[in-house]
Amino acid sequence: MDAYIQGILILSGINLMAVLGLSLLTGFTGLFSFGHAGFMAIGGYTAAAMTVKYHMPFIPALLIGAIAASFVSAIIGALTLKLKGDYFCIATLGFGEATRLILDNVQYFGGARGWPGIPAYTNLTNVVIINIIAIVLLANLIRSKHGRNMIAVREEELASQIAGINVFKYKLISLMISAAYAGIAGGLMAHYMTFLQPKMFALTKSTELTIIVIFGGLGSISGSVLGALVLTSLPEILRAFSNWRLVIYGLAVIIIMITRPEGLMGGYEFTPQSMKKLFSNLKGKRLKSSEGRE
Amino acid sequence: MTQFLQQLINGLSIGSVYALMAVGYSLVYSIMNFSNFAHGGVIMFGAYFGFFYLTLFRLPFPVALIGAALSTAILAIIIERTAYKPLRNRRAPFLYFIICAMGMSIFLENIIIALPFIGPTFRTYPEIFSKTPIKIGSLAVGRLDLLMFIISAICLGLLVYFIDFTKIGKAIQATSYNIKASALMGINTDFIIITVFALGGFFAGIAGVLFGMKYTVYPQIGVITNKSFIAAVFGGLGSLPGAVIGSVLLGIIETFTSGYISSQYRDLIAFVLLIAVLVIRPRGLMGKSNEDKA
Repeated sequence: MDAYIQGILILSGINLMAVLGLSLLTGFTGLFSFGHAGFMAIGGYTAAAMTVKYHMPFIPALLIGAIAASFVSAIIGALTLKLKGDYFCIATLGFGEATRLILDNVQYFGGARGWPGIPAYTNLTNVVIINIIAIVLLANLIRSKHGRNMIAVREEELASQIAGINVFKYKLISLMISAAYAGIAGGLMAHYMTFLQPKMFALTKSTELTIIVIFGGLGSISGSVLGALVLTSLPEILRAFSNWRLVIYGLAVIIIMITRPEGLMGGYEFTPQSMKKLFSNLKGKRLKSSEGRE
Repeated sequence: MTQFLQQLINGLSIGSVYALMAVGYSLVYSIMNFSNFAHGGVIMFGAYFGFFYLTLFRLPFPVALIGAALSTAILAIIIERTAYKPLRNRRAPFLYFIICAMGMSIFLENIIIALPFIGPTFRTYPEIFSKTPIKIGSLAVGRLDLLMFIISAICLGLLVYFIDFTKIGKAIQATSYNIKASALMGINTDFIIITVFALGGFFAGIAGVLFGMKYTVYPQIGVITNKSFIAAVFGGLGSLPGAVIGSVLLGIIETFTSGYISSQYRDLIAFVLLIAVLVIRPRGLMGKSNEDKA
């Protein structure tokens, strides 16, 4: 395959990994985060430290990165998840920026100048495999009892608490899993770019992830997949209008919020069953229309 | 001792400009209960308006300052009408407002970069006030710092007068207390929201010009204004006295950090402060309680 297209696909896959995690938190649990780039940074730097400084193989390093991100998220979550709506967003925003600024000052990881020389372990094959595993795990989680509890928390916090769901616990679990996904995404990114810099994990990255989730549709995994593919490749395709693409991007977000807030998929999923249903519906319509003609 | 006083003066001066920006966040939050992240973009536009009024049209400084403030007030109203009004009509949840605001801030920042006659270059304001500081005993007070403090103080004084002693101000207070009840009492809440955006925009323009004069003008200047948002959270979102006190304290804390510890930690301390406030006292120094009255 063309190296350029391959590059875009790998970048989409890395974004998708983080977006899947955020989709669980935002789309299925109803919590907005503007600090997921911070979890990506923690995962990325930890995984890179494992491969570069301790010569660990790639997959265990990724997992350790994920655990590190998840661990930090547990601390952040325990402190801030009791806050209502807006304030949790603001806390995550503060966390994301603080992480970046702390990394700017950690000379062990190269500080603000960045950290070159990370081995290039990420390729299209392992990105695709990791993403498929992530999607299957997420889909199963959402259809489990725990997933349904999370959706209940999203729909009506007070009512689900009355129904006996431990709201705080499910918010925390959701945050931890989503941070682990972001951590893996960070690790993949580190071993694809072979270079890490705190600037890569600025607030704009967190915003970008949230925008992809909303663009794809809250509460839809297939929407997130579609959103990550479209919104990562679109800026690449629009390279020629490099200055205008972010203008269009910002405008698109506003227009989506105003006209189609449920996003591209609007909670709809592509599954074998739904595809079958869709096709049989189409077939039924065609049959009906052909009957009409006769 | 001299250094202490010197840092205190610098802190007061920068803190007063933060206060001008923070009241914009707080005013909107007090009525509409969401953090208007597009405010940073409005401040950035203020800096550019002031710059072009001074250099292109060669207006005298007071005229340029007022002109920039009026221009950003109009810009803020346009933003409210185009981006938030449709959401308000639909009674969308506050998260959609935040996302819309994020989209708007991306749009505002990048339209400046994309417009061919402005572009991403850094611009320096013409030197209106001489750089030689005024000597008071052993202290050296920069003319610009003094001007920033005086203009901010006048503006905040006018705002307090407007809110506390005029009919519209009283209506704003009533609306922030309970928007539905005040609408039933015959207050035109739509007009109040426009007024609030216009006020926030007006002060954003002045703050933008002052900020641009102190540093330089560039499209990402809105990122720095995030700190005024932190100041608003620190003081308590939705509270005007809180926003002012929070801003002045943040300004002082920042200058002391860069003066006594290291300027590298100046930005970090702001975000750490944000998280600390949210953890210890989420409603800030004097904010409304953030508990849902469910």
